[in-house]
Amino acid sequence: MLYREAGQFKTDYTADMAVFPILQDRIGIVVILAIAGVIIPVFGNEFLLQAVMIPFLVFSLASIGLNLLTGYTGLLSLGTGAFMGVGAYACYKLTTYFPGVNILIWILVSGFFSAGVGVVFGLPSLRIKGFYLAVATLAAQFFLSWLFIRQPWFYNYNVSGAIEVPTRTLFGIPVTGATASEMTRYYVVLGFVVVLTWLASNLVHGRIGRMWMAVRDMDLAAELIGIRLLRTKLLAFAVSSFYCGVAGALLVFLWYGSAEPAVFDVNLSFFILFMVIIGGLGSLTGSFYGAALIYILPIVLRYIPPKIGIPIQSAMVEHIQHMVVGALIVFFLIVEPAGLARLWQVGKQKLRVWPFPY
Amino acid sequence: MDLLYKIFIDPFVQMGMAPDLLVQTLWDGLVAGVLYSLIALGFVLIFKASGVFNFAQGIMVVFAALTLVGLHEHGIPAYLALAITIAVMFGLAVGVERLMLRPLVNQPDIILFMATFGLTYFLIGFGELVFGGDPKVMIASQLGLPKGAIDVKFAGGFVSLQKIDIAATIIASLMVASLALFFQKTRIGRALRAVADSHKAALSVGISLEQIWVIVWFAAGLVALATGIMWGARSEVSFALEIIALKALPVLILGGFTSVPGAIVGGVIIGIGEKIGEFYWGPLLGSGIETWLAYVIALVFLLFRPQGLFGEKIIERI
Amino acid sequence: MRATGGPDIAVGDVLLSVENVSLAFGGVKAVSDVSFDIRKGEIRAIIGPNGAGKTSMLNVINGFYHPQEGRITFKGETRSKMRPYEAAEGGIARTFQNVALFRGMTALDNIMTGRSLKMRKNFVWQLLRHGPAMDEEVEHRRAAEEIIDFLKIQEIRRTPVGRLPYGLQKRVELGRALAMEPELLLLDEPMAGMNLEEKEDMSRFILDVNDHFGTTIALIEHDMGVVMDLSDRVVVLDHGVKIADGSPAEVMKDQAVIDAYLGVAH
Repeated sequence: MLYREAGQFKTDYTADMAVFPILQDRIGIVVILAIAGVIIPVFGNEFLLQAVMIPFLVFSLASIGLNLLTGYTGLLSLGTGAFMGVGAYACYKLTTYFPGVNILIWILVSGFFSAGVGVVFGLPSLRIKGFYLAVATLAAQFFLSWLFIRQPWFYNYNVSGAIEVPTRTLFGIPVTGATASEMTRYYVVLGFVVVLTWLASNLVHGRIGRMWMAVRDMDLAAELIGIRLLRTKLLAFAVSSFYCGVAGALLVFLWYGSAEPAVFDVNLSFFILFMVIIGGLGSLTGSFYGAALIYILPIVLRYIPPKIGIPIQSAMVEHIQHMVVGALIVFFLIVEPAGLARLWQVGKQKLRVWPFPY
Repeated sequence: MDLLYKIFIDPFVQMGMAPDLLVQTLWDGLVAGVLYSLIALGFVLIFKASGVFNFAQGIMVVFAALTLVGLHEHGIPAYLALAITIAVMFGLAVGVERLMLRPLVNQPDIILFMATFGLTYFLIGFGELVFGGDPKVMIASQLGLPKGAIDVKFAGGFVSLQKIDIAATIIASLMVASLALFFQKTRIGRALRAVADSHKAALSVGISLEQIWVIVWFAAGLVALATGIMWGARSEVSFALEIIALKALPVLILGGFTSVPGAIVGGVIIGIGEKIGEFYWGPLLGSGIETWLAYVIALVFLLFRPQGLFGEKIIERI
Repeated sequence: MRATGGPDIAVGDVLLSVENVSLAFGGVKAVSDVSFDIRKGEIRAIIGPNGAGKTSMLNVINGFYHPQEGRITFKGETRSKMRPYEAAEGGIARTFQNVALFRGMTALDNIMTGRSLKMRKNFVWQLLRHGPAMDEEVEHRRAAEEIIDFLKIQEIRRTPVGRLPYGLQKRVELGRALAMEPELLLLDEPMAGMNLEEKEDMSRFILDVNDHFGTTIALIEHDMGVVMDLSDRVVVLDHGVKIADGSPAEVMKDQAVIDAYLGVAH
């Protein structure tokens, strides 16, 4: 009853091909943006922003990046952590050498560095397919991890091996560094994520998204239609790594405030991959769901049980989290391989006919 | 010019100048390679029979070792602990078959591969929960494994061969030989190969997929246990081993995913390649290139021979 | 909808020819020294018993397999091997024996992928979507809808193709090939697995494509009735070798052809 499309007729193709053709969906997006843009910052406390919302947004962005490569183009990548690292370190070096330039610009530029690295490690994808390609991305992951630890140039020869984020401002307000407030950082991250998500959505709904999905579904047939495989795959690597690079820069500059190379290790790659799998391969909204579930779950595990009287030590939380995440992955793959996004779609279908059962 | 000399000439000069060091490095590489091969062997077993790439093989190694040591810590004598661990691995195989493989039987391979990710994480959490996260010492001597080293005089110096390494190599070879025989000669081995080729066809001749899968995962579990014991005896039993297990991937790429001899050859090549690379070329680049050298070797290999040394050439029919 | 005859090639002239093509996999010879041509505007059938090398021949034309020997001449240009995108850009489209649709997409999207070669607006426009990229999408959507109307698959345009029955999948695949506005359409067993009604529908579509759009068609087919009714000329392969070439009536009476189908050793 609520979610009916009846009466919403489209009179031209443009309207028919809109990303959100149904009015209720459009209203939903506006509501979500309002919540994200107004309600949360105003009513939420610093903890909510720092420990929940900012990382959720950062991981969602990284998940979108990986989803473009693995979910839409079908190229399994285990190098997400390293590509995020490239973005973070690129941003760090850029702002070290050119501190006068606005940090937001450097964050975007660092995405391009990441994209370049992504293209280089994506070159083998012409000859190597599917699962073997994942090993190539592992080569990228381990090599880059090693590079960040072993080449002190990356962390400005800092003795600790870590990078400390300097204070940078935007219109006089500090956005990075110790003096930047949670609210400022939240808005910057939100801005990036909203814009980049919109761009990703445009891409996947048009010609390029179709080309990527064609390569994923049957690359031989795609070739015979005239789709150039190498260019399409490299484009996927480039765009995906761009997103991961920006996410990495945001992670360090607008969330952690500092970073050790170990942050961008293979475990991060798996972390993001799980978000994409559970959220739904080939779905942008799924990236958000997956990030929410995988990232917020341990926080829930940490704080809820003591509140309802079950004592769990903090070390145990991590172990239980691993078990739950692992079990959830298997569970989702059994129940709904297309992840939370598909579950949501199925739910919407039921909403369309509600209160009737079918 | 100087750089070219450093890359292409100097390492070989060094090799020649201290041949005992070279042999030592080769031996260390061989031993590491044998252990990589064992892990790869577990992968091959499962992949041959079910087409599933069991990412959890690495954690199974850790899990098996932890179970063994953990039981012993609670006062159970070594051989009894071993027997119980074997039973646990069997239970694991049954559990995996029933809870993971059966519900996913018709899904594409990539889904099953991702399910093994889930299994990995689950076992990591479970293992940490039950056994704690601290590294443990393998009960090598209690199991009758030799300690100490044999020093062999060679070319003016000497080469030190750890007895445990010799034992590991022998045991691994025995394992490989018996597995190869098993696949070729026995009825169950033939059934396994049939299942690897086509589930549907195997079903149609009456092979019980469930039984086969339990057998195969159990066999992989035994291999994992052996690997865990060997590896734990050489260093220690910790979750860091799980990452080392990722090294099995380059081994499989070299050796092919379905070849038992390939796993051995691949493992040895990777093991030796890594050690030689690290020892003679490592200082040029900064140490620690072992972490990625294997993957780069595999990558280069893939570019020239996408199906590995022993794998079948993939001809796609359209 | 389309003018007959390309820049240089008039209806009736040779559009594509293969000369002395040989193809082997490892030690297995799939095609041995086969030569034939396809004339513009005709419907050419390629027939033969199973394993004759018919699909391999199509794959060579497409550029998916590269022959060890021989040449392919298409629209006047001769090559020793074709590349898939050269074939596609040159105007060769194809359907497959085992329907090769993109299963993760809807029927409409599958057909729209067929327009990929014609969609020019670059990456930056695609990022924005609104504006020139959208205009291009609409323009090609129109073209896709014409094909959808032609093939009468309006109701299923938004259905994920994995859910469609086999006959409809084949129709969508034809639609995707047509979306490329090909000069030469290669159909690999388009009637396979169809019942009589579906075959009649598909035959009608093939004839319409040839009549209205002027598309040259080469098809592999086992149903002799279809071959007799639809094709202008037939080439017969057996064990990788050409054993007959001519009109359907001539070929049906050829003793070598009859022997091949009956399995007489020669």
